[in-house]
Amino acid sequence: MDKSLHTVTLDYDKCKGCIACMKRCPTEAIRVRNGKAKVHYDRCIGCGECVRMCPHQAKLPAYDPFESIFKYKYRIAVPAPSLFGQFNNLEDVNIVLNALLELGFDDVFEVARGAELVSEETRNLMREGKLKKPIISSACPAVLELIMMRYHSLMSHVIDLVSPADVALRLAREKAEQAGIPKEDIGVFFISPCPAKVYALKTGMGLKNPPADGVLSIGEMYFKLLGVMSQLKDKPLKNLSKTGILGVRWAASGGESLGIYQNRYLAADGMENINNVLKAMEDGTLNYIDFVELGACPSGCVGGVLNVENPFVARVRIRALRDKLPPVANRMDEVKKDRSFYHWETKPEVQDVYKLDSDFKVALEKMQKIEEIYKDLPHLDCGGCGAPSCRAFAEDVARGETTCDMCTRR
Amino acid sequence: MTALHLEFDVAGNNFVSAGSASDEVKKTLKMLGVGAQFVRKVAIAMYEGEINMVIHAGGGKAIVDIYPDRIVIVLEDKGPGIPDIELAMKDGYSTAPEAIRNLGFGAGMGLPNMKKYTDSFKIDSVVGEGTTVTMTVNFAA
Repeated sequence: MDKSLHTVTLDYDKCKGCIACMKRCPTEAIRVRNGKAKVHYDRCIGCGECVRMCPHQAKLPAYDPFESIFKYKYRIAVPAPSLFGQFNNLEDVNIVLNALLELGFDDVFEVARGAELVSEETRNLMREGKLKKPIISSACPAVLELIMMRYHSLMSHVIDLVSPADVALRLAREKAEQAGIPKEDIGVFFISPCPAKVYALKTGMGLKNPPADGVLSIGEMYFKLLGVMSQLKDKPLKNLSKTGILGVRWAASGGESLGIYQNRYLAADGMENINNVLKAMEDGTLNYIDFVELGACPSGCVGGVLNVENPFVARVRIRALRDKLPPVANRMDEVKKDRSFYHWETKPEVQDVYKLDSDFKVALEKMQKIEEIYKDLPHLDCGGCGAPSCRAFAEDVARGETTCDMCTRR
Repeated sequence: MTALHLEFDVAGNNFVSAGSASDEVKKTLKMLGVGAQFVRKVAIAMYEGEINMVIHAGGGKAIVDIYPDRIVIVLEDKGPGIPDIELAMKDGYSTAPEAIRNLGFGAGMGLPNMKKYTDSFKIDSVVGEGTTVTMTVNFAA
């Protein structure tokens, strides 16, 4: 599936060709060509860093418009727990879920429920002791893409579990089917904090079929929900929430780790930090750690670019829900699913996006050329050539994508 | 034979930049399309070697040659030298000072791990003059 349709697109008129996004892209996927930012989609992991950095709001994260739900007769909302972090003084998460019904959904199914089940299967696997330590969480799709592109040797450490959203979306669909609703009438919609999830859930990373019919943005839903929630304030609410705090806390960094009930875990968030952790794992210096939770966004999912609230504030609100929810509300034996339901159906494959050539000798020659070109560059990483660093520029020249005279500072 | 020659200065007593040479080498190997299992071996062995130079020798030089079938890593320092190489190679033997151990380094597994993860491993050391470690990792199973 075309990543350009499902991660981030460019508002061509708003893009000034500045280098803000290019400098921050963690996989060096962006170049400025002819005065506009161009994404090499094979290297895009959907982290949304460029959206966050763009001073001109020219980077548009991909998601489906809310109106698209009305293509289906029976519509199910599957909200990420970070949605609850957007609202102040949330006394009862049911007000958010009731508001979703008011907006036109027929049912809701919280992703946090899926999270509790994934936590349980993670604990099962850890107890059985068959996993290669340190175990890396597979929950953040941007991290998973990063490992598939850049840290091939660590793929064997990634736990082969689907994400909480995958679990929730499929259970939600099944529930509707069991209620006798015709398959073609059912539309299952994830409400997402980030573009990486949009891509993952529409392509079905780790699954044979994409689990979502559409992926909506928390930001767009927020404003619609606010209006409805104020009307619901003094009305009786249906008890729709079926989750505990353990699932909801997955919204913020460290939340998933709390669900393994063990202490030797590491939770890192933000692209730079997770790259440092992955590098250290490659070097074999973190072997004493059992579990590694990595989230591409600062503070975890609450930091995703489709949210509206500051991630630190959202995090406080998620934590405050502890007093309002039971610890755990979903158990695998109640769901009555085979354990394989929680595991990948297909193993995500490593991608060779940085490889210079399939012939090793040719690659070696290109590498020598890169070293030669790099030696004569000013090493200012000014970005004026349209590449994020002098080294990336040398690579582009060697790959034949640009020419040496693009550097004006030599 | 075609070879890619790389040289790096490793700064002494600088834990912030420690590992940057092995990082560059890892990145290069990935661009060359070297198999993940070999990148991992190189990463572990070279990182350990680099840290050793930082801790014990006040830094040094890393000289790396990449051939189609192997990588040769030479780590040269002008540190105090190793009086008893056989002893230094024993699992758990360490001369790292307390302050370094408190940082989580100096567990005495550095040299044994470098040997374990490489296909050939040689130490030349003269007390008072310095140490040269030469390691090779073959790119074949």
